[in-house]
Amino acid sequence: MDQLWQGLRQAIELIFTHDPALWEVVQLSLRVTGVALIISTLIGIPVGALMGLGRFVGRSLIMVFLYTGMGFPPVVIGLFVYLLLSRSGPLGSLGSTFIPALFTPGAMVIAQTIIAFPLVAGFTMAAVMGVDPNIRQQVRALGATRWQATLAVLAEARIGVLVSVIAGFGGIISEVGAVMLVGGNIEHKTRVLTTAIVLETRKGNFDLAIALGVILLGLSFLANLLMLQLQGRTTDE
Amino acid sequence: MNETLYELNDVRKMYHGRSVLHIDHLTIQRGEILALVGPSGAGKSTLLRLLNFLETPSNGRIHFLDTPFSANQPMPLALRRKVTTVFQRPYLLNRSVAANIQYGLHLRGQRNGQAQVDAALQQVGLQTIARQRARTLSGGEAQRVALARAIVLHPDVLLLDEPTANLDPYNISLIEQIIRQLNEQAGTTIVLVTHNVFQAKRLAHRVALLLDGRIVEIAATHTFFHNPADPRTKAFVAGDMVY
Repeated sequence: MDQLWQGLRQAIELIFTHDPALWEVVQLSLRVTGVALIISTLIGIPVGALMGLGRFVGRSLIMVFLYTGMGFPPVVIGLFVYLLLSRSGPLGSLGSTFIPALFTPGAMVIAQTIIAFPLVAGFTMAAVMGVDPNIRQQVRALGATRWQATLAVLAEARIGVLVSVIAGFGGIISEVGAVMLVGGNIEHKTRVLTTAIVLETRKGNFDLAIALGVILLGLSFLANLLMLQLQGRTTDE
Repeated sequence: MNETLYELNDVRKMYHGRSVLHIDHLTIQRGEILALVGPSGAGKSTLLRLLNFLETPSNGRIHFLDTPFSANQPMPLALRRKVTTVFQRPYLLNRSVAANIQYGLHLRGQRNGQAQVDAALQQVGLQTIARQRARTLSGGEAQRVALARAIVLHPDVLLLDEPTANLDPYNISLIEQIIRQLNEQAGTTIVLVTHNVFQAKRLAHRVALLLDGRIVEIAATHTFFHNPADPRTKAFVAGDMVY
C-alpha cells in the first residue's frame, strides 16, 4: 500500500517538475497513438459505413475478418509487422524511404494502426447497421444523393461512431506488446509510457512504474473526457 | 391548366422474380389529388416509391415532366427534388425539430432557412417546438413535423403513404386540412395512399383501386364511390371485400 502512495506522490512530483525524460515519453506516446488513431479513423469509418450499408459479395467474410481483428492479440500484430519490416521481410527488403524501418516511431504507428483499424471499422459498422434502414429511404425521398444519404445515416449513428474511435484509442494507448516488438523501447527514440512501465518494473523501480501508470491512466481519462464532451455536443445539436 | 406530370406505360416492378406491380397506363395531372386505395400488399407503396424515383421499374418507363425514368435512365437530381414523400412513420432525424425541417433545404444548398422553417411549422400548427428534440415529440406532432419537413421544400408533387394511420382524430383532421390547403393554395399535386376509403372520399379528386399490383379502376371520386364500373370496386367501396 505504501508503495502505491509513494508512486502516486512521485507521479504528482514528476508532473509538476516537468521532468524532461518523462515529457519525452509522454509526447511520443501521444504522437504515435494520435497518428495511428487518425489514420485508422480516416480508413475505418468509411470502411465501417460501407460494410454497414453496402450489400456485396464477400461482405460476410470481411465481417468475420473484422470481428476477428477486433479481438486479435496486439503482440501477434506486432510480430507480423516486425516480420514485414525486418530487413529480410517483404517490405523491409525494398529499402524504400516511404516504408519506416523497424525500431522507429513509424513502425510503431503502423502496428497501432493495424490494431485500431478493426475496432474503429467494426464498431462503426455495428452502429450504422443499428440505424433504421427507412431513415435512408426517407432522406433519399427528401432529395439526398446516395453520398448525402450515407452521411445522414452516419450522423444518426454518431454516438456509436464516436464510441468506435474511443475503443480504437483505448486499444492502442494502453498497448504494450506490439510497440515493444517493433519499437524496441529505445531511450530517446521509441520509448513510450507502456514500454517504460515494463522496463521500470523489471528494474525494480516500482515508484516510477506506478507514476507512469498513473500518468497513462490520466491521459486516457482526459482523452475520453474530451471525446465524451464532443459526443455531448453532437447529441445536443 | 391540364399538364401531365407523370405518365406510366407498361411499368412493372418485380422482387426476386415475382411481379408486385404492373401498371399498363397511368397519368397524373398537375394540381390533382389522386388517392390510391386497396388492401395491403396491393402495390400502393411500391408505386409511390417508383413515383419518388427511390426504386427503378423492372420494366417499362415512367415519364416525369417529359423526362424518362427507367432501369437504366436515372432521374436527374433537380427533377427528383421536385418530389418528396411523407411515410406512414415520420422517420425524424435525431436532431432538433428545426434541424429536421432544414435538412431538405440544406441538401439544396439553402443555408439560412429560419424564416421558411417558422412558416412551415406555423402551417402545421407547431410554432413553439422548433428547438425541441425531434425524438421527444408525440406521434401526432412527429407526423406534423414530417409534413412540415416536406412542405418547406415546396415540392411539385407530395407523395403521402398512409400519413394518418395510427393517429388520433384531432391530428387526422388537422393533417387532412393541411393537405387540402397545400393543394388549393400552392397547387401541390398529391398522391395519397390510404387504407381509409372515407379519407379518399374526403380529399381526392380521383381514386384508383389497386389489387394484386394492378389498377382495377381509376375514376373521379364521385364516380368511384357512387357508380363504379368494376364489381370489385363496388365490393371494396361497400366494405364487402375481405382482405
